[in-house]
Amino acid sequence: MVTQSVRSARCRAEVIIAAARGVGAMEEEMHTDAKIRAEIGTGCSPRGPGCSLRHFACEQNLLSRPDGSASFLQGDTSVLAGVYGPAEVKVSKEIFNKATLEVILRPKIGLPGVAEKSRERLIRNTCEAVVLGTLHPRTSITVVLQVVSDAGSLLACCLNAACMALVDAGVPMRALFCGVTCALDSDGTLVLDPTSKQEKEARAVLTFALDSVERKLLMSSTKGLYSDSELQQCLAAAQAASQHVFRFYRESLQRRYSKS
Amino acid sequence: MKETPLSNCERRFLLRAIEEKKRLDGRQTYDYRNIRISFGTDYGCCIVELGKTRVLGQVSCELVSPKLNRATEGILFFNLELSQMAAPAFEPGRQSDLLVKLNRLLERCLRNSKCIDTESLCVVAGEKVWQIRVDLHLLNHDGNIIDAASIAAIVALCHFRRPDVSVQGDEVTLYTPEERDPVPLSIHHMPICVSFAFFQQGTYLLVDPNEREERVMDGLLVIAMNKHREICTIQSSGGIMLLKDQVLRCSKIAGVKVAEITELILKALENDQKVRKEGGKFGFAESIANQRITAFKMEKAPIDTSDVEEKAEEIIAEAEPPSEVVSTPVLWTPGTAQIGEGVENSWGDLEDSEKEDDEGGGDEAIILDSIKMDTGVEVSDIGSQEMVFHHVGQAGLELLTSDAPIILSDSEEEEMIILEPDKNPKKIRTQTTSAKQEKAPSKKPVKRRKKKRAAN
Repeated sequence: MVTQSVRSARCRAEVIIAAARGVGAMEEEMHTDAKIRAEIGTGCSPRGPGCSLRHFACEQNLLSRPDGSASFLQGDTSVLAGVYGPAEVKVSKEIFNKATLEVILRPKIGLPGVAEKSRERLIRNTCEAVVLGTLHPRTSITVVLQVVSDAGSLLACCLNAACMALVDAGVPMRALFCGVTCALDSDGTLVLDPTSKQEKEARAVLTFALDSVERKLLMSSTKGLYSDSELQQCLAAAQAASQHVFRFYRESLQRRYSKS
Repeated sequence: MKETPLSNCERRFLLRAIEEKKRLDGRQTYDYRNIRISFGTDYGCCIVELGKTRVLGQVSCELVSPKLNRATEGILFFNLELSQMAAPAFEPGRQSDLLVKLNRLLERCLRNSKCIDTESLCVVAGEKVWQIRVDLHLLNHDGNIIDAASIAAIVALCHFRRPDVSVQGDEVTLYTPEERDPVPLSIHHMPICVSFAFFQQGTYLLVDPNEREERVMDGLLVIAMNKHREICTIQSSGGIMLLKDQVLRCSKIAGVKVAEITELILKALENDQKVRKEGGKFGFAESIANQRITAFKMEKAPIDTSDVEEKAEEIIAEAEPPSEVVSTPVLWTPGTAQIGEGVENSWGDLEDSEKEDDEGGGDEAIILDSIKMDTGVEVSDIGSQEMVFHHVGQAGLELLTSDAPIILSDSEEEEMIILEPDKNPKKIRTQTTSAKQEKAPSKKPVKRRKKKRAAN
């Protein structure tokens, strides 16, 4: 599955690389660490304005019926995720040695269309790489995502909400994952976590899913025109940003489970 | 997933508690659960929580041409969706009954009561009107979906602002939100549904049943009312028989409840309006309570990306160059080219059945062809037609041996019939002279041959 996607990836403008068993297709290129200097005000990329992530908020366990639920907010973008599982699965869909993972994404207005289906697939591939499905064979794990408001970086917000909901549900995972979106505008300036206005005016929008153990690449979905050096730069910037997101996950879970 | 069945002892427990005027969550018979309304950053977006039941509502608008029989009225469209996260039993195929019932009730409550002035939605009579679309999503099902949905719908409609439009003679100008402030919808009154659950054939009644109580109830009475005590819709389901004074009593209770809920809605709308005007923070992020242990916020975080360029250059320098570009295309015929070799054909299993289909088509071709040749032979009476068959059979075979090579297949048919499949049997039929006699024998041999096959 991995090798096939690598072959076809070069031809298509939208690159989807799903890693099975945590081994990314670009593994050999990812062994760099991202160092973050926490001082506020140090310059960003010398070419452009400061990159920053928008205001984050997350609430877990807010719905009573699903096994796990989370609401993730990035600026004005908000996604609500609910997880059911491991639960009963229809015989037609069951897999004998692992759990069947299903992702459902519903837009706020109108009926779900092809774009939702494609995003569902991307999120499912990311989750399958991370969830330890072999511990629960012949069961189903369903992740339901509802877009509450869309103001840019929707796919990244969906990934983050899905991860927090899976953690809340107690589904065994080998690592956490996060989504980061970068936009490249016409002069090549990199913007992290773009708003919908920035996404519309950008030359290319790239979304990456990174895992928490070594910040390896789990999934990437890109739209637009960019060179391979720009791709590597965006990826490195996304890795730096993912540090923040994982720290946010850790702190929110610490707040919830600590005894003080 | 299947719905977890309610155990008998749980059912008995709930019914006994109701007989003793006790509810599991400690409410009184006529008490509503806590209602919490929060608004999003865009106009027309709200989340309503009725206890633990949660509904998301969003209103959107579009300019469309009006319906033919209502040329001066705008169009209203309501859609309630039971999201799969609301309950494990809500699967796409499984919820149709409940969904239709809820949607219909919501439509009757909001559309038929004429709470929205559709005439004001007209821009150019007969050409352009506003279509207002209300999308409601049930996020968590803890009973009494219809009440929560009706509150969410009316709140979203009151909160919504549509773009301003001005008409000067023939010119219509649509202003963006930046140019001119968007305009609220014109709403006459706010109908709100109140649900009453009946138990023990109408002896006991509860207002705002939660999910457990809904499971054990006998019937449900829904009254939609506005604060002026006008009944907009009334519906009784479940087959319970109610007395006149019971229904009247329920409507009085509904009047009181609706007044309270309307006050709550107006206060929430006013608060939101105030915060927006003063320039404060609004939206769902603000509605997350800070004190909750399950909620966490992080302020804007700057990311240092100054070493990003160097890292990227390092990676590219170390990485192998991309593999050789694929070879130039090979041109087979004008219009057919091939690039690369492709993967191995995994459709090998289907090739046999395709061959059989071809044989069937080819079969017809042969028969009709041979008949055409045999028209010289007399075909006057039916008796002799039988002889014609055999002739046809032999002639057909003769045709075969002279023409295409015979390919032996594993099919059960004894007759080997492979001919050029591009011969169109229909064309041949039109060429043959009209006589019905010729058509009749053409059908019979086909049937006969098929029968032979079946026998084999």
